[in-house]
Amino acid sequence: MGQIATLSRRCGDATRETTPRSLSYVEAVREATDLEMERDPSVVLFGLDVDDPKAIQGTTRGLVQKYGPQRVFGTPLSEDGMTGVAIGMALAGLRPIHVHIRMDFLLLAMNQLVNVAAKCRAMYGGQVSVPLVVRAMIGKSWGQGAQHSQGLHSLFMHIPGIKVVAPATPYDARGCLAAAVRDDNPVLYVEHRLLHFQNGPVPVEPYTVQPGKARITARGKDITIVGISYMQVECLRAWHYLQEVGIYAEIIDPIWLSPLDIDTIAASVARTGRLLVVDTAWLTCGASAEIVAGVAERLGGTRAVQLQRLGFAPTACPTTPALEELFYPNARTIAAKARDLVEGRATGWLPRERADLTSIAFKGPF
Amino acid sequence: MEAQLYRSLYRIRRVEEEIARVYPSDCIKSPVHLSIGQEAVSVGVCAALEPQDVVYGTYRGHALYLARGGDLRAMLAELYGKVTGCARGKGGSMHLIDTRQGIMGMSAVVGTTIANAVGHAYAIQLRRQTGIVASFFGDGATEEGVFTESLNFAALKCLPILFVCENNRYAIHTHQSRRQGNLDLCGKARAQGIPATQLDGNDVLAIHAQVEGLVKDIRSGGGPRFIEVLTCRWREHVGPGEDFHLGYRTKAEVDPWQFNDALPRLGRLIDADEKHQIEQEVEEEIAEALVFAESSPFPEAAELLAHTYKE
Repeated sequence: MGQIATLSRRCGDATRETTPRSLSYVEAVREATDLEMERDPSVVLFGLDVDDPKAIQGTTRGLVQKYGPQRVFGTPLSEDGMTGVAIGMALAGLRPIHVHIRMDFLLLAMNQLVNVAAKCRAMYGGQVSVPLVVRAMIGKSWGQGAQHSQGLHSLFMHIPGIKVVAPATPYDARGCLAAAVRDDNPVLYVEHRLLHFQNGPVPVEPYTVQPGKARITARGKDITIVGISYMQVECLRAWHYLQEVGIYAEIIDPIWLSPLDIDTIAASVARTGRLLVVDTAWLTCGASAEIVAGVAERLGGTRAVQLQRLGFAPTACPTTPALEELFYPNARTIAAKARDLVEGRATGWLPRERADLTSIAFKGPF
Repeated sequence: MEAQLYRSLYRIRRVEEEIARVYPSDCIKSPVHLSIGQEAVSVGVCAALEPQDVVYGTYRGHALYLARGGDLRAMLAELYGKVTGCARGKGGSMHLIDTRQGIMGMSAVVGTTIANAVGHAYAIQLRRQTGIVASFFGDGATEEGVFTESLNFAALKCLPILFVCENNRYAIHTHQSRRQGNLDLCGKARAQGIPATQLDGNDVLAIHAQVEGLVKDIRSGGGPRFIEVLTCRWREHVGPGEDFHLGYRTKAEVDPWQFNDALPRLGRLIDADEKHQIEQEVEEEIAEALVFAESSPFPEAAELLAHTYKE
């Protein structure tokens, strides 16, 4: 992963990095929470098990000791009710962070998120606002199965009034969480469990990664590849496979899915003429569909563009490794799809697996 | 106190009768869920609250909004869809709000504001403020999962909140006995560890007196309290008229409630001249508010996207 981190850093935009230091994604989330709670006494943190010994993979470790059980607490198993409670706290002026160890559990809270959190400000004519952060984790591998693996971010992208962010690096994990906590609107903060184990540079100094700005994470001229959440890692790995066959991909991380920075993506596609969007979710009505539509609308009539998407297989996520492997895109299938797109034909090429581009610093049981 | 309560009861009754009168003209482009017959619940409870307290309510929220001191002109303008409305014409009758009066909003989805009210109570407790929250909902809401989840959390954290269940027996057209295996709503609250009391929704003085005591308990750190107030909706579920022709309930079922109507009951306790003066003042206020609503402008096109996000 060192190679990927280097690539990402080299190709990143102005990251205002003044004190280079390597942190894991988990440490970055924990640090952002700690800094925001220290800065603003109205920030509170809760969810199932946030104060237990495992501390949500370590993202909440030590916070109950530092801020006390009133500002940091584990909740009853009541996703619907506790989401409503979080909204009430926000209406009263607190800045709650509500943690869900599985994004799948958000489906129990859709009424409060969609009918209340997203609607309050407009529906009440601007009299109130809901500064709420909902952290939701997408699972993958080790047999997570159908109800522990879903990437449901597009459901929320559909809804005006709620922002959606899916940071892929420790740098963005901290900066986006800080921005989300300070935002006066509800923000869904999507974390992929495999990203928790990624390391990368995180400045010591305070900073935010503001909504609505994508980042070009690798420069290239032949094709634009957009990778969402964990698929950003696989796309950066695909960059290396493609380079071996003389194809230079431009990789983009949208970071914020709502508001979505179509400008940056469309400008890249205007240069490359080709777009492949890779999501950690299904394709139909998904983030990938939205990005492709946005680019097509922006570039329509100005130049011919080739469009492709990759994401979950259109079925429930299986638990057996033999089928799970086929359910998800990976660096090699991304590279293969990109090469076909660039060459305009089915090449039948699948790069030989490279050990330095496959590692996952993650073992079960989760 | 009697005169103050009478003014509030009379004002709500007459505002809603005026809404029903105007409704056929189609000036009010908003579904209205009238609380005629149920006014004493909001009036009795709100009279026991202090300025720092807040309330959360339901789509049948005119009575709560007015009893808690919500701006009448802004309410009627809201029903007319005018930019001078309490939600700038974007919420309508079901989403009344007036945060200056501690009215934190009403929801069209049954049960949703119960959890929001509990969260508000948590914020009050965390900040060691003196206010309490009153959460209003109907008997139908007690069937939603969020009711049980919210009461559990409120009891767990010993939160400063009063749960007010207005039991008019009907969820739209379906009687409570066709929806619930156990009709004892107070028992359901007690099962969560919350002291509960059943009250007569036509006895505004008793509601006020009882709630004063409960609010004192809550304010002194006693944790949540629950009241079930038995009441009756005189009009149809939604709309200005009566609905006995539908056959789901009989006029005879409503008769005793109308016979014991809280408004004349209280009126008999007040000096005739004072009563007359109150009624005249209220009539003038309503007439003026209707003119305000009618003459206010509709929102400009730019309002469509405004307030979707806070910038």
